[in-house]
Amino acid sequence: MALKIVASQCTSCSACEAECPNVAIYEKGGTFVIDPKKCTECIGHFDSPQCAAVCPVDDTCVIDHSYPRYQAAE
Amino acid sequence: MQAPAQHEGVNVGAIATVDAVMQQVAEHKGCGTSGGSGKASCGSAAGQGDLPTEIWDKVKNHPCYSEEAHHHYARMHVAVAPACNIQCNYCNRKYDCANESRPGVVSEKLSPEQAAKKVLAVASTIPQMTVLGIAGPGDPLANPEKTFKTFELIAKTAPDIKLCLSTNGLALPDHVDTIAGFNVDHVTITINMVDPEVGAKIYPWVFWKHKRYTGVEAAKLLTDRQLQGLEMLTERGILCKVNSVMIPGINDKHLVEVNKAVKSRGAFLHNIMPLISAAEHGTVFGLTGQRGPTAQELKSLQDSCEGEMNMMRHCRQCRADAVGLLGEDRSAEFTTDKIMAMEVNYDLDSRKAYQEKVEEERVAKVAAKQEELATLAGANSDIKLLTAVATKGSGLINEHFGHAKEFQVWELSTAGAKFVGHRRVDLYCQGGYGEEDSLETIIRAINDCHAVFVAKIGGCPKSDLIKAGIEPVDQYAHEFIEKSAISWFKNYLDKVNSGEIEHVQRGDAEIRQGALTAAA
Repeated sequence: MALKIVASQCTSCSACEAECPNVAIYEKGGTFVIDPKKCTECIGHFDSPQCAAVCPVDDTCVIDHSYPRYQAAE
Repeated sequence: MQAPAQHEGVNVGAIATVDAVMQQVAEHKGCGTSGGSGKASCGSAAGQGDLPTEIWDKVKNHPCYSEEAHHHYARMHVAVAPACNIQCNYCNRKYDCANESRPGVVSEKLSPEQAAKKVLAVASTIPQMTVLGIAGPGDPLANPEKTFKTFELIAKTAPDIKLCLSTNGLALPDHVDTIAGFNVDHVTITINMVDPEVGAKIYPWVFWKHKRYTGVEAAKLLTDRQLQGLEMLTERGILCKVNSVMIPGINDKHLVEVNKAVKSRGAFLHNIMPLISAAEHGTVFGLTGQRGPTAQELKSLQDSCEGEMNMMRHCRQCRADAVGLLGEDRSAEFTTDKIMAMEVNYDLDSRKAYQEKVEEERVAKVAAKQEELATLAGANSDIKLLTAVATKGSGLINEHFGHAKEFQVWELSTAGAKFVGHRRVDLYCQGGYGEEDSLETIIRAINDCHAVFVAKIGGCPKSDLIKAGIEPVDQYAHEFIEKSAISWFKNYLDKVNSGEIEHVQRGDAEIRQGALTAAA
């Protein structure tokens, strides 16, 4: 239930950090990472994941398939 | 406010006094103005010219708003704003080369606190540094907290430094009041189109109100917000410069429309810049092989817009962490490590004293030009030509041909000497060029010039330049540029009139795609 940031592609511009409604993004070792425990894929907040929408590099904020997809609590 | 001099009644053919010649030339330099037309003036000619005093006070020490000031005053950018809210096809955020200089590129990001310390360190080391700008490397208004925190800290500790920012305009309407609240006098907006169909070819997407928009919809949103922001700023008396990237085949002809649109909304100065699109930058335009304009294409677009509005021609398309005079980059002296180790002593009085000396230098330069202009008053000729000048600054011909990293280009006519741009000739990120290659590079860069003025030049390049049809001129070494150029031009006209030489048109020249390197 989370997105992840492909570190090798991250420009460290920090745009995603400010947009995340869950404050799940932070800087670590020169690039940004998403805390999968906090990420909700923006479901319930916005139409699409904000980190992916604002990221200047395509395919850098992507679904992390090692976690089950997030579903908003009913 | 001082009454502006009126030019309407002055006819070029009927100039009677030196003063009248001066006014004509001031007008011709692209920064004077015909008073009643509503055109703003950047006062870059002999000084204040016909600018209202309150506007002159805002631009006279700002190197990016006054061509004349940029020879004397320096600026710095602090890279506190890495995030961006739009994507441009000429920008690639992944690429950074320490020896390279162009918009969007920085070596390290700064926190607002680090930025404030850096400003104090630079201001203490470079007393002619008068302007602090935030230009990214993303967009300052996509990082509003960091940008305004930086302004707040600097306004407190270095109140004599002018604050300015450069934005893509998408978020501008939301922040105009905050900008005005920090007494920011100068805002630059990059406006590449006013037609969303054109915009769709330049901007793949914009991010606005939590949503990514693409195509024409994105460009429509962007142009509406840009023009709205521009109007809001000019209503508040904030001077606005509009930057436009000239992209041949995409917006080159359209920029005339952009020029009209921004002029009618009160923009003060228009800066049309050539596209930088080397393939190795990895930008969309770089990868698709989109070319930049030639020197003559750029100049002719700038000339055609000049009647509408003042054109900036001295832009060096600098980095978002540039430090120093335009055209030099001292950012490597002020890395975070070095700044933190520096003992900073911010002395307002010594900065003032230094700047008073700079003003004396300026006055001497203007006086020298006036003196020589008088000798052209009687000349009558349609000849208009370009000359290149090797200079280290201060308005003097004081650089050795072989040491020049760039040449100033001046257009000469019986109306006087008019600065029309720079040509870079440094070898960007290339170690392996031989001497001959670099001479060929220089000749290609100034191939549209009839002469090149230098402090000194060796025998070999001298004969190669002559072969290429460019006259090397070293007889005015260490003299004032405009005075010397006018004197040379008068002599040239005499030789043409006597039949000693024949005036021929020159060809086009290349704009180098690399940017000015940091390595000094």
